[in-house]
Amino acid sequence: MRSTLDTDIVCVGFGPAVGGFLTTLSRAMVDADGNTLLESRVMPGLPLQVLCYERADDISFGVSGVVSKARSLRESFSAAQLSEIPMTTPVSQEQVLYLLDPFGASRRTSGVRAMDAVIDALKGALPWSDHAVQLPWTPPFLQKHGGMVFSIGQLNQWVGAQLMSSGLVQVWPGMPVNEPLFDGDKVIGVRLVDQGVDGSGTPGAAHMPGMDVHAALTVVGDGPVGPVGQKLNQRFGFPAGNHQREWAIGMKAVVELAPDAGLEAGAVLHTFGYPEPEIFGFLYVHPDRMASVGIFVPSWFDNPARTAYRYLQHWMTHPRVWKHLKGSTMRSWGAKTLQESGRRGESVLVGDGFARIGEGSGSTNVLTGSGVDEAWATGVQLAEAVIELAKAGKPFTKDNLDATYVARRRSSWVEREARIAEKARDGFSEGFLRGLIGIGITGMTRGFINVPGRARRPHERIPSIEQYFGDRIPADDIRKIRRQCRAAGTSLHDALMDRSGWPKIELDGSLLVSQQDALLMGGKVQAAGGFADHVTFVDTATCQGCAEQVCIDGCSGQAIMPGPDGVPRFDREKCIHCGVCLWNCSKPHVSDPERSNVEFSAGSGGLHSPIN
Amino acid sequence: MSTGFHVVVCGSLVPDLLQTLEPVQGPAGPGLRNELMLPSVLDPWAAHALYEAGHLAATVPGTRVWLVSLGPKAKLQQLMMSIAQKVPFEFVAIDASASGFTDPVEVAAALADAIEMIPALDRSRLLLFGGCASASRDAGVTVQLVGERLGIADQFLAVDELTVSAQGTLTILERVEGGKYLVSEVAGPPCAIAWATGNRPEPPNNPQIGMLNMRTIMPALQKARLVQLSAPGTTFHGVELPKQERRTRIVKDVPIEEMAMEIANWIKE
Repeated sequence: MRSTLDTDIVCVGFGPAVGGFLTTLSRAMVDADGNTLLESRVMPGLPLQVLCYERADDISFGVSGVVSKARSLRESFSAAQLSEIPMTTPVSQEQVLYLLDPFGASRRTSGVRAMDAVIDALKGALPWSDHAVQLPWTPPFLQKHGGMVFSIGQLNQWVGAQLMSSGLVQVWPGMPVNEPLFDGDKVIGVRLVDQGVDGSGTPGAAHMPGMDVHAALTVVGDGPVGPVGQKLNQRFGFPAGNHQREWAIGMKAVVELAPDAGLEAGAVLHTFGYPEPEIFGFLYVHPDRMASVGIFVPSWFDNPARTAYRYLQHWMTHPRVWKHLKGSTMRSWGAKTLQESGRRGESVLVGDGFARIGEGSGSTNVLTGSGVDEAWATGVQLAEAVIELAKAGKPFTKDNLDATYVARRRSSWVEREARIAEKARDGFSEGFLRGLIGIGITGMTRGFINVPGRARRPHERIPSIEQYFGDRIPADDIRKIRRQCRAAGTSLHDALMDRSGWPKIELDGSLLVSQQDALLMGGKVQAAGGFADHVTFVDTATCQGCAEQVCIDGCSGQAIMPGPDGVPRFDREKCIHCGVCLWNCSKPHVSDPERSNVEFSAGSGGLHSPIN
Repeated sequence: MSTGFHVVVCGSLVPDLLQTLEPVQGPAGPGLRNELMLPSVLDPWAAHALYEAGHLAATVPGTRVWLVSLGPKAKLQQLMMSIAQKVPFEFVAIDASASGFTDPVEVAAALADAIEMIPALDRSRLLLFGGCASASRDAGVTVQLVGERLGIADQFLAVDELTVSAQGTLTILERVEGGKYLVSEVAGPPCAIAWATGNRPEPPNNPQIGMLNMRTIMPALQKARLVQLSAPGTTFHGVELPKQERRTRIVKDVPIEEMAMEIANWIKE
């Protein structure tokens, strides 16, 4: 028997966007004496009844240190309040480094090689050291001077604690939302995920159907791969010209630096050029010698055996990075999909009974590489709209939300800057150098001039393994490697990278650890029993005929591995919910070319660690 | 049994067992590095006790369950966001350190005081539940000490099963040496039961139970009594972790015998 609950507002996902929404809304619900200012319709006389459901088993699930101007956070909290958040510190210095390839293993085009040769010839006159050259200045659009280095996990945890102690909203972790509930095209709430089912979703003896939560307003902030956001996208499509075709996986670790790391708190390093030109890296230093380090592997990096974990290790061991990381200890690790289409990936923001905020709504700025600040701001904007409508006694219709929330968003700095950034990365679709020039030109001209590029769906870009590795590994050897890996039940990437000249990673048991050790040391993989598999393969015959199976090589947690019948095997207990499989598939969905052959649905568990 | 039991579960948080814990000596004594940032879970043994209490409440009409937790208030609040969805209970919070570097006598005194102050508690119907050990400090004496302070003479340690007869008598399966069980028949409460693993699986998260529990959780946190655990006469000269070596290999469906053989061979090496 499926139970139901009536509330006023239900939120999906607890991240910076919903944090901003609930913080702003809760402050307006009662006055200083506790008298109701915004009255509930389901419990007359009481304040609005507001619930938030979060998939992860804790609200501090975020997987990234972040550097941000934090403009919207500063508007919500005083400096003294922000200083209470552990791992927060002001930005003290910024550097951008171009990393050369000390091993000759990366795949560099003739243009990149020419650039490398020029740098090498002039290295005596350039700020060159340890196979890297420091840019003489940080481009203005990347600068975060005056900003903060902080941890999203700690931010979420701190915000959640403030909210819960207010007693005005309830945030419930460990409770995935399965789907939106519709009445025609109106969203009337959400359905929580079923429990007591097996991997295929078949009910068992302890079956507990997910509760239906009916609400006048459903606030969707479940991120770039959230199931509710995806279902809304599938139902309503995207505004004309918009799409979500560019993605990246951010794989990150929190490390404790050695005492002689040579970096002060607040230091920010951005890198590009290595391990592959398309892979960007970062190192942000928190107080107490803690640092967030990681890489971004974008969807326009066309390696069909793209493994973020191995590339992360090669990035860490680059001489210029290693001089800071040598002697460090991994404290936490994780990965997260980033929606990289930015403003062009903006979804339908509002409809009758629902509004979308944060990254999944297309708020990330792809020029400045900033997302948390923007996500928080969109949450605040929606809260201000809700307050206005509630005070006026107006319903949460599409028109009313358009006139309040969308209008606020359109007139804000989030929109202005997103417009400038909209075409900043188009050039990367056509190649690394073109993208680099493009982002520079967009930044310098504030979006007036852009280098064009054609956005292709991920599955349209991914070459075959023979195409990609053909110039380095003979076809017979590729066949042999494939056969051996299938027989051993392992992914291809290590064998292919070893064979194509990448040096072995010597594990040190401290920072350089096996991927499975990172999974265990990095935080917490939680997969309570009784939930269905949230990663499924739509057309298994397509998988059986797929020679790339990028989902296996790209899987951050090694949760997808070769299956005995040719269909990849998914292990829910290892999944860290990064969502990379959703777009790391070389085959289109049977009925929708904008989607892939992998479904990523609501599921419990996933990695989380509050120091992330 | 027409009136049911009054089950008081003593249980608090411990750092997530998968975290790398690093003892440090601070100005206020020993602690764990980044202690407030470490993810916390309900102590696994206490969690078993809570699930058993929830089962008892579901099967014996009239039974009420209290969860008495001693820990930093902010961390308790965070913990409750997930625990509250598991089992219906009324919450009593004590704001104090749960670092593990505390004296169990002081902890037991604080717990007993808090239990004595529960207004609706009928001591003649009391079942005192807790873990037989703790993931943060394996002294394994706290439930006994609380029981003594509350004057409970019938105490059972390392319990795996509790059954209630129609007449209200209790049959308790208690672990003893040599892999054997001691079966005890008890006329009824009050008694203290320190649970080993029990038999109950972790209940699913139920949002309705969470909302029900939240009615007592927030008020309990707001009026949580601050207790200083100063451990007079106790000096921690030093703390360190045993040297450990990780060699992770995640496997599934491997027979127990094979696993045991592999471990044995590894030890022999």
